Amino acid sequence: MAGRPLAELQVAGMVCLRELIRFSRNRIRVATSLAQPLLFLFVLGTGLSQPSTAASSTVDFRTFIFPGVLAMTVLFPAFFSAMTLVWDRQEGFLREMLVAPVRRSSVIVGKCLGGSAVALAQGTVMLALAPLVHVPYSPGLLLVLAELALTAFLACALGLFVASRLDDIESFQALIQLLILPIFFLSGALFPLTKLPAWLGSLTRINPLTYAVDAMRRTILDAIGASPATIRSLSPGVTWGSVRLSAPVELAIVALLGVALLMAAIRQFSRVD
Amino acid sequence: MSDGFSAASTAASVAAISARDLVKSYGSVEAVKGVSFDVDSGETFGLLGPNGAGKTTTISMLCTMTIPTGGSASVAGFDVVAQPAEVRRQIGLVFQASTVDDYLTAMQNLRFHAVLYSLPKKGLSDRLRQVLDLVGLWDRRASRVRTFSGGMKRRLEIARGLLHSPRVLFLDEPTVGLDPQTRNRIWEYVDELKQREAVTIFLTTHYMDEAEHCDRIAIIDGGRLVVMDTPAALKAAVGRDRIELHTDDDDAAVSRLAERFGLAATSAGGTVTTQVANGERVVPQLCAGLGLAVYSVNVIRPSLDDVFMAHTGRAIRDSGM
Repeated sequence: MAGRPLAELQVAGMVCLRELIRFSRNRIRVATSLAQPLLFLFVLGTGLSQPSTAASSTVDFRTFIFPGVLAMTVLFPAFFSAMTLVWDRQEGFLREMLVAPVRRSSVIVGKCLGGSAVALAQGTVMLALAPLVHVPYSPGLLLVLAELALTAFLACALGLFVASRLDDIESFQALIQLLILPIFFLSGALFPLTKLPAWLGSLTRINPLTYAVDAMRRTILDAIGASPATIRSLSPGVTWGSVRLSAPVELAIVALLGVALLMAAIRQFSRVD
Repeated sequence: MSDGFSAASTAASVAAISARDLVKSYGSVEAVKGVSFDVDSGETFGLLGPNGAGKTTTISMLCTMTIPTGGSASVAGFDVVAQPAEVRRQIGLVFQASTVDDYLTAMQNLRFHAVLYSLPKKGLSDRLRQVLDLVGLWDRRASRVRTFSGGMKRRLEIARGLLHSPRVLFLDEPTVGLDPQTRNRIWEYVDELKQREAVTIFLTTHYMDEAEHCDRIAIIDGGRLVVMDTPAALKAAVGRDRIELHTDDDDAAVSRLAERFGLAATSAGGTVTTQVANGERVVPQLCAGLGLAVYSVNVIRPSLDDVFMAHTGRAIRDSGM
């Protein structure tokens, strides 16, 4: 089957296109997937930004959690897209793809592309609300968009890895339920990673989302012109021992983890019974 | 595939499907226990048997979805284990359960398929129309599949299975779960496509009447082929009508059936049973010629059970559905 990369690329493109068509057809999915992040941002964010609990006097708490909420906005649709793999298996459409003379990797890559695109579209809507949390539009937000794309890719790859061998929706939902809140809470989405107890600190370091949230927060704080001291206290960067990782390194980690998870998903998905 | 030209010309002369001692076991359970058969090009071949007989496992191995644990098989001249990608190119599949995407339209489902099989853009529109016309769904091409009935979905799957002009079309229980009227329509379409498309059809079913549509059928039970022949030959051999009589004197009826009509009959539990080729015509003669009081007569047409019983010596275990 070597020597037909173009055809395989077209297959991945078609699988991706199908995800987009299916997403656009499901209006409820479009409408509801933004509800939860909005709740976090404006209800939880406003409630916790009361003077007594304010994380910082110089930066609005909602501005602080905005990168975390952005990550959450791509996390849900990315996992949901991955769930369609299990859905396809359960409903039968997956067999149409599995018996075709195509590589299974093309199916997974297409799913990942489609899921990332859907997630990024939702993330973009959320990012467009930036001025509401005191983040005016600026070229720096384009960098946030790129970081968000990487985050969506990572989440999709993780979701597909979980979905690759499952054949019922309930198991997938149970596993994702188990994963999603720890991943979100341990990412520093809602609190700075400075001065955490050691056990909590190490947990945040093994969480892939931590690197994405920290990089986005640095970019956003930078975009609103926060002082270096503020940035250091609110978004100190992840430390490995005594090494403080820079934002590009954090993003490289996100990308590499995404690729590794995607390859693991392909590997599992390609196992023939 | 280094020389596609000669591959194509030799493929035309070999059997469309050839299976030799095909075995599939799951752990200690042997689902298929050494099955051998050949299907000629252009033939419609039916694999008939009860649920759990190994029909789907056999089809699954021929379609490269399941790797055999023993024996070998080739489809369109390609080995199912060594050349799965080539086999997949040559076959179309219609599964028992629906594998169309409900969210997409009929046309989108077919276009997706066209990309999966790398069909050239040139001529694709004509081919799409051709296959949709064949199954009577051209007018519904822009409708979402979720609005389709079960029969329409099955027809769309048949159209899709044909889109890439496969050498062999596999139909796994193509009418299961459909009402009798829809089943008949599906068969009309299948008979029609036999006329229009140069394709070998391999199908499985547990309906005896559906075997009528096949050139040849093989009966499978417990993972083994028990008999393989044309439907006419199978019927001539075993498919006679069974006549059940309730009479005044069963023993006398048995002996008189033998003396006067030359029919072998048995008596059990107050019922005399015999087999004849044309039951409805024979019954009046029997009643008139027996010289006994006949209380009731029951003519039973040959069924899968009869054919099955004749070859396995017992009743079909699962004649349900």
